[in-house]
Amino acid sequence: MQQPQSQISVQSLNAFFRSTRALKDVNVQVLPRSVLAVIGPSGCGKSTFLRCLNRMHELIPGATATGQVLIDGQDVYSSNVDPVMVRRRVGMVFQRPNPFPTMSIFDNAAAGLRLNGVRNSYAEQVEKSLRQSALWDEVKDRLHAAATSLSGGQQQRLCIARALAVEPEVLLMDEPASALDPIATARIEELIRELRERYTIVIVTHNMQQAARVSDWTAFFYMGELVECAPTEKIFTNPKEQRTEDYVTGKFG
Amino acid sequence: MALAHTDRAYESELKDLREKLLSMGGKVEVAISRCVRSVTERDSDLAQKVKEGEREINRLEVEIDDACRRLLALRQPAASDLRFITTALKIVTDLERMGDLAVNIAQRAFDLNQAPPLRPFPDLTKLADLAQEQLKKALDAFVESDVQKAEEVMKGDELLDAIYKKLFNELLTFMMEDPRNIRRTTSLMFVAKHLERLGDHTTNVAEMVIYMVRGTDLRHPRSRQAELERQGRA
Repeated sequence: MQQPQSQISVQSLNAFFRSTRALKDVNVQVLPRSVLAVIGPSGCGKSTFLRCLNRMHELIPGATATGQVLIDGQDVYSSNVDPVMVRRRVGMVFQRPNPFPTMSIFDNAAAGLRLNGVRNSYAEQVEKSLRQSALWDEVKDRLHAAATSLSGGQQQRLCIARALAVEPEVLLMDEPASALDPIATARIEELIRELRERYTIVIVTHNMQQAARVSDWTAFFYMGELVECAPTEKIFTNPKEQRTEDYVTGKFG
Repeated sequence: MALAHTDRAYESELKDLREKLLSMGGKVEVAISRCVRSVTERDSDLAQKVKEGEREINRLEVEIDDACRRLLALRQPAASDLRFITTALKIVTDLERMGDLAVNIAQRAFDLNQAPPLRPFPDLTKLADLAQEQLKKALDAFVESDVQKAEEVMKGDELLDAIYKKLFNELLTFMMEDPRNIRRTTSLMFVAKHLERLGDHTTNVAEMVIYMVRGTDLRHPRSRQAELERQGRA
């Protein structure tokens, strides 16, 4: 059997906030249509790692990154690559649901398409992405209601629909369920498993059980270093590194 | 030094579970030693004590099961904690079975002690000594997370089986020599069989200790190998 090529290949990635090194020589491979969960204590660099994957890290003043991030073989840090195009290929969902507050549900889902200058009717694409984010049935009769009229969990699924509408290859999620109640969280987790059929997903989470539930692979970061990256089952039943063991058993701090 | 859990209540729940298991293991050791002596020393009082002690062993089994379920439900244990708790759940069953075997042996002692003594069988003493030694070693391996000791237990079981086989043949011959011995010798055969089974449960404990420490499952290597080969062909 041929070795499947990594969808995301991170090589010698270093990230800085001015002179502070936030990531130290990180190397990770993510297979297509798999979910990688990134875990670690606060300040370990997991969000920075995520933000390096779509070049959002450099939007912070003084923030820089070195090394390679290959998405489908193409280095997103190469000089001829437009960061805006990178962010189109690599969608992102944030911790707090952040729909555009003045826009309707429909317009939120279509926002990415508009920004990317897609001209024709969005109806079909909006429906598709709302279906993919498992929101369609709940909103199909009120597409022109304000996005803010939705519950928190629905708003988060709307943000996922907005990210999916531009048909990215990779979906990044930065604690997508940490502001949601357990039922809304379960729906997001179920959605992640469905999206895994089409997308490669990297999710940062503070909730270790969530990482255990949704991911195929888990990466444990500590103080800017990638300590261990292995199949999720291995990380939670028999990790190789003592620091991983101490973290997943709750012996830190 | 190994780090403690940040959540001290969790740390102490795990410690309680460990102590309960040790206490149960200790009680099983005592029961086995007593039931063996109730046969070899023809002491029915000891056999009675074994019967009475069973309740305590059963109570601990239920308590340990409860504690494991509570930890799994409320603490979502991971890695070595998870392996420790699942090991506890499994070895508690083996320990409880060992307690039952001790009672079975004690039961035989009542019968044997009411009849005139048979000639001594040195291999029975050997079998009983080794079975107890094995059990002690397996429990030590658990307490000390000692893989080497656990492996010694697994090896030791082969010797135990060999002694059992030899003793079985001896007893069979003894019965054939004089049919009047059959009833009493059958009781001794049961005692020997129970000791051999005790060795199997001890081996289970040793295997689980290796799983707990290393995270690798050593059980049933042949059937798993066959399964792998089957999948390879499919």
